[in-house]
Amino acid sequence: MDITEVPVSQGSKSKKKKNKKTKKTNVTEEGTGEGSAVEIKEEKMERSESAFPPSFSVSEIKNKQRRHLMFMKLKQEKRKQKLQLKKKRRKEREALGDKAPPKEVPKTIENQRVFDETTVNPEDEEVAFDEATDEFSAYFNGLTNPKVLITTSDRPRGRTVRFCEQLATVIPSAHVYYRRGLALKRIIPQCIARDFTYLMVINEDRQRPNGLVLCHLPDGPTAHFKVSSVRLRKEMKRRGKDPTEHYPEVIVNNFSTRLGHTIGRLFAALFPQSPEFVGRQVATFHNQRDFIFFRFHRYIFKNEKKVGIQELGPRFTLKLRSLQKGTFDSKFGEYEWVLKRHEVDAVRRKFQL
Amino acid sequence: MQHDDVIWDIIGNKQFCSFKVKTKSQSFCRNEYSITGLCNRSSCPLANSQYATIREEKGQCFLYMKVIERAAFPSKMWEKVKLSKNYEKALEQIDENLIYWPRFIRHKCKQRFTKITQYLIRMRKLVLKRQRKLVPLSRKVESREKRKEEKALIAAQLDNAIEKELLERLKQGTYGDIYNFPVHAFDRALEQQDEESESESEEEEEEEEDDEDVGQREFIAEDEVEESDLSDFEDMNKLRTSSDEEDQSNEEDEDEDEEEMETAGHTKASRLKGRSLAARKKRAYVEIEYEQETEPSSKNRAT
Repeated sequence: MDITEVPVSQGSKSKKKKNKKTKKTNVTEEGTGEGSAVEIKEEKMERSESAFPPSFSVSEIKNKQRRHLMFMKLKQEKRKQKLQLKKKRRKEREALGDKAPPKEVPKTIENQRVFDETTVNPEDEEVAFDEATDEFSAYFNGLTNPKVLITTSDRPRGRTVRFCEQLATVIPSAHVYYRRGLALKRIIPQCIARDFTYLMVINEDRQRPNGLVLCHLPDGPTAHFKVSSVRLRKEMKRRGKDPTEHYPEVIVNNFSTRLGHTIGRLFAALFPQSPEFVGRQVATFHNQRDFIFFRFHRYIFKNEKKVGIQELGPRFTLKLRSLQKGTFDSKFGEYEWVLKRHEVDAVRRKFQL
Repeated sequence: MQHDDVIWDIIGNKQFCSFKVKTKSQSFCRNEYSITGLCNRSSCPLANSQYATIREEKGQCFLYMKVIERAAFPSKMWEKVKLSKNYEKALEQIDENLIYWPRFIRHKCKQRFTKITQYLIRMRKLVLKRQRKLVPLSRKVESREKRKEEKALIAAQLDNAIEKELLERLKQGTYGDIYNFPVHAFDRALEQQDEESESESEEEEEEEEDDEDVGQREFIAEDEVEESDLSDFEDMNKLRTSSDEEDQSNEEDEDEDEEEMETAGHTKASRLKGRSLAARKKRAYVEIEYEQETEPSSKNRAT
């Protein structure tokens, strides 16, 4: 009898909790009468509720309030089940003790990253050969010293100017020049004539820096980045004193693909080859999911297991937009890599750097 | 002429003309054949049957002329003459074609032609200069990127990564002799290796020692300390510090003193230190140590 009653009352889901309660009490009475655990019956009832009219889903209820209520209930049930499952698993694990299977590693985006065929193998000879003969080889063989020219787009204002100045203190042997509406293509030969190795142009929009063009000078690649979340020195919390003139060390982290390698070398060549450890300063370029985070710290070793770092200097994040062979030439340059939005959005687990 | 006046009466001042654009102070003529852009009796192309203009097409200037004889043939009304690219020659051409025409039209044509050539020159100059390209930002994409960046920042754990990297470099010795640590780092590596091999045997030792300790607690202080080292690592901390101080005066360098003072708070470190001390003390007899269950008895015999 109860069994026949249940579908009827379920069919009219518009009836509220009262109905449910009565149903439950009926079932529980039955349950106790039969001598089976009440919980099991309740569970069954709940399951039968959701399973009974086979093609029923919460979204078919027209009334918003009731639909919301039913949905909340559904969620609670699911959560309960999940908790129970967890408890069960934990008990099993404790019971087994040492023989328990190892804990499963949770899936992260880094774990699930689509394998990139251009990932560089550390022992790859081709890559090593390439790197020995590319445009940075002069720097890495110690033949040239970096000399950076920092400039902006036309008429820089506000934050951009301060950002340029702070960058100049971070990068040793950097000079800031005011751009008086000059064309980059005309600046470049002059820079080469004066022995500059890098040209850095900071693009601004509404008094904030938002783009960075990094051009390696003799005939090197040009990288165009999008700059975001710039934090100037006075906005840093718990920061240290201003950086000194010592050459900082460089940490370039997590660049795994061939493209990433090129960019990594691009950054590494900004700084002089022999860092002065006396200064205890370190500049970090950390790549995570195609975002490059720049930080500038002062470190101190407390003992051989602990190091303390204190952030000085500006911080910003970069995202590579294009890499072009040869010096800056946006119209006729040969682009090695360009960010194509639709590609990136399609696959979330695929990263370029 | 009559025709013209009538036309002007109809479309002229304050009347309706579909090409007229009225503003508060002045009216303009939007007709493409107008020579000046203003709405006047003398510069209205509809109200003048003898009319001439200069028009420019893709960088080429043309002289258009309209005469009353062709007023009946609308499709052939305008005569088009291509002007030379040379400024002076073109002016001569205009003069030649508009000979005997009213002064006003001749003058205005030349003025218009001058203006057109000037702006053509400026266009060509601008193309060579830097051109600013405005790239539109899509709001959706920007907010998506921002969120991704935040998540990436959290996933990056920058501080940890930097610290790890610095410690790696310290271990590998890129800092040379600047810090005192390198010596200990090397020792530490050795000790850790020893500990690993020790810990395996220590478990076995513990079981056996418990049986043997019963009879052997009467032994000499040094030996006791050694045994307790091996038996109970948790208690070692308390024992360690006192025995540490004793040992420091005996064996250790000042560097180690400082280190131990510094790391007094870290139980793990002190435990390791204890182990290291134990290892160091027993370095002389590392091999014998593993036989220690039997050793005390042998020592006993010796003493």
